[in-house]
Amino acid sequence: MHIEVRNLNKNFGDFHAVKDVSFEIEKGHLIGLLGPSGGGKTSILRMLAGLESPSSGDIIFHGKRVNDLPPQERGIGFVFQNYALFKHMTVYDNIAFGLKVKKQSKEQIRERVMYLVELTGLKGFEHRYAHQLSGGQRQRVAFARALAPEPQLLLLDEPFAAIDAKIRTELRTWLKEMIERVGITSIFVTHDQEEAIEVADEIMIISKGKLEQKGSPWDIYKNPETPFVASFIGESTIVDDISQLIGFEDGASRPGTKALIRPEYIEIGKPGEIKLASATLPGKVKHLHFRGSEWMVELLVGDTKLITYRSLEKDVLHPGDEVSVLVHRAYLFNDNDSWIAENTLKVDPMPIHI
Amino acid sequence: MMRRLWITLTYIVFGLLLIVPLIKIFTGSWADGWSGFIEGITRPQSLHALMMTGIIVVVVTALNTIFGIMLAMYLVRAEWIGKRIKRLLNSLVDLPFAVSPVIGGLMIVLILGPNTIIGTMFEDAGFKIVYALPGMILATLFVTFPLMVREVMPVLQEIGAQQEEAASTLGAYSWYTFWKVTWPSIRWGVIYGVVLTVARSLGEFGAVLVVSGNIMNKTQTATTLVYQDVENFNVVAANGVALVLAAFSVGLLLLMEWAKKRKEVH
Repeated sequence: MHIEVRNLNKNFGDFHAVKDVSFEIEKGHLIGLLGPSGGGKTSILRMLAGLESPSSGDIIFHGKRVNDLPPQERGIGFVFQNYALFKHMTVYDNIAFGLKVKKQSKEQIRERVMYLVELTGLKGFEHRYAHQLSGGQRQRVAFARALAPEPQLLLLDEPFAAIDAKIRTELRTWLKEMIERVGITSIFVTHDQEEAIEVADEIMIISKGKLEQKGSPWDIYKNPETPFVASFIGESTIVDDISQLIGFEDGASRPGTKALIRPEYIEIGKPGEIKLASATLPGKVKHLHFRGSEWMVELLVGDTKLITYRSLEKDVLHPGDEVSVLVHRAYLFNDNDSWIAENTLKVDPMPIHI
Repeated sequence: MMRRLWITLTYIVFGLLLIVPLIKIFTGSWADGWSGFIEGITRPQSLHALMMTGIIVVVVTALNTIFGIMLAMYLVRAEWIGKRIKRLLNSLVDLPFAVSPVIGGLMIVLILGPNTIIGTMFEDAGFKIVYALPGMILATLFVTFPLMVREVMPVLQEIGAQQEEAASTLGAYSWYTFWKVTWPSIRWGVIYGVVLTVARSLGEFGAVLVVSGNIMNKTQTATTLVYQDVENFNVVAANGVALVLAAFSVGLLLLMEWAKKRKEVH
């Protein structure tokens, strides 16, 4: 289902939970609503479902305004954070609920339920109650129940929040596969960036009720449009005084400009290890943390603290070691503007053309 | 040593307050033998009073169940009622607990009695409220009203609205959702509330006495009959009727214990 939202607002008393949010979603896409807790993501999802009514703005499904349609008429499936399974019903009856409401025949219901039971890997559990299932199984039931009446839009509210970290990754992949197989337009809410990046075709970053950016995970990582997005996605350190860096003089000349630097933007080496010596800064290793597959290195450049990673293949560093630091790029921002700057000194001053 | 003493004391108080009167009622009703007991409870006024009590219990329990569940649903779920109004309504529900039943009855007399405007209006329409069955039902309803609401509200709060919301996204409208989703969760609370309501309306005295005028064979209930029999030194008959009431109460108590256990299970 093609979805369009225009200037959506939601007030809870004095609290402005959703501020002027507009977006469009293509049919068949899987969208992640990502942002800090309490940022208005769930409110947007509930308004799409019709469980909450917008204070202003339009919600359009398939070119038709649905603001005044109750949830029953919207053709959506909703998976709640705690699954909200009907606890006095078996797995079978839970999944069959939406079909019974539609007054389908017993055989039709049986066929559809058994298909979904098979699809979600719940075969043999049809006669269990919710409290006899594991977290992952409950989520599968909730998913099957939402899909049973063949909705055109699937909404999932923090679908993995209540699941053990260990099975979470497994379920994520499963859910993505499942949604692709069914081919249903889906929106899920999460506060976990890793989850959003891994699962979603497109991410919408929501903070304090505002839509900060919408785009593919790679786009958002590469070209963050606002300082919030830049700091929210990936790891980063903020450098308040960028005159301490070299190669970013253009930015430093603009008052109030700060830099946001990701660990992967930084290269370190023992003196002489990095070829572009003129673009490097002298630094000192402050701490080393072993991260299983690499070292996390805390550096001090002047009095600025930076973080980067170093491969285990390279020489082991020790706290106190002098290193050269090359900052490849930085995300610069001030009150009016934000942009990505490459290190200008990285261009070899004396290029040799062969 | 002290603990023993306290335990013994508790048993003594318990015995004096509950067991002794029960035995006394039992022996009292059999003081004139089987025939005395039978005569006591088959007098026309006894049969009529028991019937009145029966009608009141049935009508009050039915009304209280329906409106109690409805009010509980509104107080917990309705979003169109403001928070302040909800709080006000919520404290109003407890009013009958705080006010003496006699005063509750008196309020009904003062508002709907034969000397009031509303009372006259109804009377002209041929519908007597005070000193008649409708008034007695109203009085008992007043006294028992909090029981159902207070049983159902916490259950509704505990189960939350999500299962109902899930049902609505699956296409179910409110009536279907209530019977298939909400009802199975609250039914043991409702049964518990019904038992309490039956017990309370069976034994209600003060409010009914004020409203009914206690007219024999007309507006007399089992409890007010017992009161009148005692006044008239007809102790055997009083004990007989009281025994019937007590038997019902014990039965209800057992039913309540059973309902409580089921409530914990589900």
